[in-house]
Amino acid sequence: MSTIYILWLREMKRYVRSRAQIVASLGQPMLYLLALGFGLGPVFQRSGQGSYLQFVAPGVVGMSILFMSIFSGIGLLWDRQFGFLKETLVAPVPRLHVMMGKALGGATVAVIQGSIVFVVCLIAGFRPVNISALPIAFLFMALIAVMFTSLGTAIGSVLVDMQGFQLVMNFLVMPIFFLSGALFPLANLPKALAVVTSLDPMTYGVDGLRAALIGISHFGIATDIAVICAITAVFMGLGTYFFSRIQL
Amino acid sequence: MMRVEHLVKRFGEFTAVGDISFEVAKGEIFAFLGPNGAGKTTTIKMLTTLLKPTSGRIELDGLDPVKDQNKARRLFGIVFQDPSLDGDLTAYENIEIHGVLYHVPRAERRERTESLMKLFELWDRRDLQVKKFSGGMKRRLEIARGLLHTPKILFLDEPTLGLDPQSRNQLWTHVKHLNQTQRVTVFLTTHYMDEADRVAHRIAIIDHGRIVAQGTPKELKEQTNAESLEQAFLTLTGSSIRDEGADAADAMRQIAKMWSQKR
Repeated sequence: MSTIYILWLREMKRYVRSRAQIVASLGQPMLYLLALGFGLGPVFQRSGQGSYLQFVAPGVVGMSILFMSIFSGIGLLWDRQFGFLKETLVAPVPRLHVMMGKALGGATVAVIQGSIVFVVCLIAGFRPVNISALPIAFLFMALIAVMFTSLGTAIGSVLVDMQGFQLVMNFLVMPIFFLSGALFPLANLPKALAVVTSLDPMTYGVDGLRAALIGISHFGIATDIAVICAITAVFMGLGTYFFSRIQL
Repeated sequence: MMRVEHLVKRFGEFTAVGDISFEVAKGEIFAFLGPNGAGKTTTIKMLTTLLKPTSGRIELDGLDPVKDQNKARRLFGIVFQDPSLDGDLTAYENIEIHGVLYHVPRAERRERTESLMKLFELWDRRDLQVKKFSGGMKRRLEIARGLLHTPKILFLDEPTLGLDPQSRNQLWTHVKHLNQTQRVTVFLTTHYMDEADRVAHRIAIIDHGRIVAQGTPKELKEQTNAESLEQAFLTLTGSSIRDEGADAADAMRQIAKMWSQKR
């Protein structure tokens, strides 16, 4: 336990001390929120779907958590060769504890980051329809964070160089985001896109967030939670397996 | 203290370490020398449970690091070739985490942290973030950290790489002092022959994954009729330059260097 705690604490300290990084990682979500939220607003309104800012804000919160989670996992790659991770890998503690401390730390950081983006959304004019559902929104934020830090850990454990990072960004993280329904409604999609979105784990996270924050859901909260938990279990299994196999 | 028998490590077709055997006695300073790519770091990684040997036997104080991983890990402290400190944390926090990972009780941890940091002249800077440390200070901190859990063996993989002569001199003085006062067994690699000559009790020279000579610095010089250890080393390993295939770690090392200069 002490191992998990001290490594979690380390992630917290690092996050709090990297103020520049906190601000920098707000840039992208804000761009989506402001450019798309206000830019596509009139078109969205005219097609009878209400406010696009209201619609896209949960997606942007989800996106910031997704990116933060995956990055913390991929950070392993760097940490393994030039960082503290090496020190933890020769320590007389189970690898599983090392991984859990780091992953929980990463997930916590991602949730904090998501909360900051949520506050930015409020400032931009976003209004949750049901304040009493906020705990459910935070539950989904945590679920998304744990799911993707697990995936990130699995990826970070197998990558060998920095080129792989670009590959993962372009062929995994961006598609996960764009095909998740974070930016568009899932109703009446072309068949092929509907299938792809339903295969994207992020879809269920965004759907759950939207259910809690603006009361609109495509699949229903129960389905969202069930799917996310199942996928998280798979990702955790993969993460644990690959992390335990790291050799330097 | 340490016995290695017929140790082999292959990566696919490539044999990094091919059948080496040696012994290190308790309280000895043992230097492991060799050109780039000779298999030094691979050997250290096997000795410290980071790599599994393809075949052969390792014994650290009677323990097999392949089978009794966690018990063996408590036995040694290690300073890696690449730094392994957390730059965002302070020196004290870095050592504290080490103490928790090695299950050093709190009271003992505080006491030993203070005495080690004082010994390595870092106590005044304990609350400074490590990224603001110089290369020599980082190395000293890594050694202090490696000693926190009172290891019986200290591994130093090219600890003086990139340090100025003052820092190098100071570092070896510390290491020798520790070896004499606390009987810590030291296993080191370095590219500086004068250092090995001055510090090591015994030396093994490895080339192409095989040990080509073993003995005290004096014996090695006599064996090759050389005046300095450097000459002996060149006689034994030839003077051709080794082109190590650059791997992913090397590419990242370059980026790391650029970054550390920018900061």
